Amino acid sequence: MKERRKERIDRGIKARSDDIFALNSYREMLYVAVPPALPVIGLLILPLILPTYWQKVLISTCVFALLAMSWDFLVSVGMVSLGQALFFGIGGYLAGILDRYVGCPIWVTIPVATLVGGVICTIVLLPVLRLRGVYFAMVTLVIPLMMERIIEATGFLGGTEGLSGLKPFPNSWIEVYVIAIATLVALYSFRRLVTEDYGLVLQGIRDNDRAVMSGGINIYWMKAQALFISGCVGAFCGAYITHVYAFVGMPAFAMDFSILPIASAIVGGVGTFAGSLVGAFILVPLSEALRGIGGLRTVIYALCLVVFIVALPEGIFHYIQRKYQQFERWVDVDQ
Amino acid sequence: MAKIDNVTGDRAPLLSVRELSKSFGGVRAVVDVGFDLQEGELLGVIGPNGSGKTTLVNLITGFVSPDSGVVKYRGQTITGWMPYRIARLGIARTFQMAKPFGALPAFKNLIIPLFSPRVRSLAGGRFGDRDAVAKDLLEEVGFERESSVTFKAAGSLPHGYLKRLELAKCLALRADLIILDELFSGLSIAELAGILPVIEKLRFEGKTIIMIEHRLRELFRIADRVVVLNYGHLIADGKPAEVMEKDEVKKAYLGSE
Repeated sequence: MKERRKERIDRGIKARSDDIFALNSYREMLYVAVPPALPVIGLLILPLILPTYWQKVLISTCVFALLAMSWDFLVSVGMVSLGQALFFGIGGYLAGILDRYVGCPIWVTIPVATLVGGVICTIVLLPVLRLRGVYFAMVTLVIPLMMERIIEATGFLGGTEGLSGLKPFPNSWIEVYVIAIATLVALYSFRRLVTEDYGLVLQGIRDNDRAVMSGGINIYWMKAQALFISGCVGAFCGAYITHVYAFVGMPAFAMDFSILPIASAIVGGVGTFAGSLVGAFILVPLSEALRGIGGLRTVIYALCLVVFIVALPEGIFHYIQRKYQQFERWVDVDQ
Repeated sequence: MAKIDNVTGDRAPLLSVRELSKSFGGVRAVVDVGFDLQEGELLGVIGPNGSGKTTLVNLITGFVSPDSGVVKYRGQTITGWMPYRIARLGIARTFQMAKPFGALPAFKNLIIPLFSPRVRSLAGGRFGDRDAVAKDLLEEVGFERESSVTFKAAGSLPHGYLKRLELAKCLALRADLIILDELFSGLSIAELAGILPVIEKLRFEGKTIIMIEHRLRELFRIADRVVVLNYGHLIADGKPAEVMEKDEVKKAYLGSE
């Protein structure tokens, strides 16, 4: 019996555009330029054409995409977190506190909550930086749950009522473009960062932390920096949403904000950041679209998730990237 | 840099190890080991499998903290320091199992030591063009300049090149003391012939080297001094030829009659 295998060959344009950039036709230039430009075009145009309700969906899609990127970044440094909700909740509450008790305007609360939130997240997780893999994951899972209970039990920061009546955005255009632009900035910054020397050192910690240490690099300091970057992105999302809803409460620490970003990143493709965006753009609108069908919504949603993961375990983005850059054909195997 | 000790007139050792001990559970991996290492010396560490050689390296470089004993480098006690602090002093090591960052091109593997604060401060506060430095370093350890090996994914490199890459990482850190854990193991004669001159050159530059080796013939050609470990005990310390004459060493290697 003849055996066959799939052969993959890089497209000529890909090989050339990787190395020397001698592109000599519009077709080739478009081949290289279009994919990186797609998210920019998409995210800037979508708010103009979507109806109001779907604009709100776009907002939460972008928020989950950002959270997914911040999760993906931590993973690329070898820290698997199950607690993006911690970053989200801290950012949300900080913005709420600054608004309610200090009376800061919105353009102060969000940046301050982002940076201070990043610092707080780093400090909170500092004692567990030495833990790896599932141990780190466990701790990050527990802390947001703990925060929720602390607020409930002490009645601190509005307790179960939360803080309501906060300042909203001046208008819905600013609201939607702030998050759209933030998503784009995060996407391209992260994609750039992981190919810089700094990013390579961070990824080195994931692959072989002993080798990095023997290179004279303080891996705990590097990990803390990565946590800060990831924490800032998460805290920004929280602060932003606080002002969108003009409310912050215990749900800011809910599991949704931990699990859905991870699902997005995994469905989209881990390690690419673009995958996080693709994943969020599939899962969040899907969940909204299923809202009409009632009780079985979660079941159908979960089934879709399983189908994606079983059919494309590498992630949608990796799959599309491969199809875009390589030919595939079946060839006979020589015995 | 060597300091003169006025009392005895001897040079102060670069590295001195005193009464170092470490047990893992019931296994005494290293027991009361002590030796001095002068600047510019090439010390061989030999011993049968499981005699505690790698543990000794891990103790010196901080990857394992000792139960008791002292390690001093240039007169400074470094026992119990974190590995990266020790590396910053200029003590570099290779690992027995070379685990490169497989997806990266070979020269990008050197980015990590080149990124360390030690290299920046030695270069006067600036990192410079790390990629260019990395390529030069690889050429120094025998990656051919114009060939594509430098750019190949480290995971696909042949064994000989991986060992050279490990050595290049030590050079990248601009280390003064280089600890090579079984650098020669698994190398063909031709590969050895390529890597031996690199080590000769390092000695010529005045680097101090500790080599853990099983390939005694090659080691004895270049080592100034050899210490022998057996079941964690240091059983001999001296010139290569003298050491091999000792009864304990013969027994450790050949078994007692």
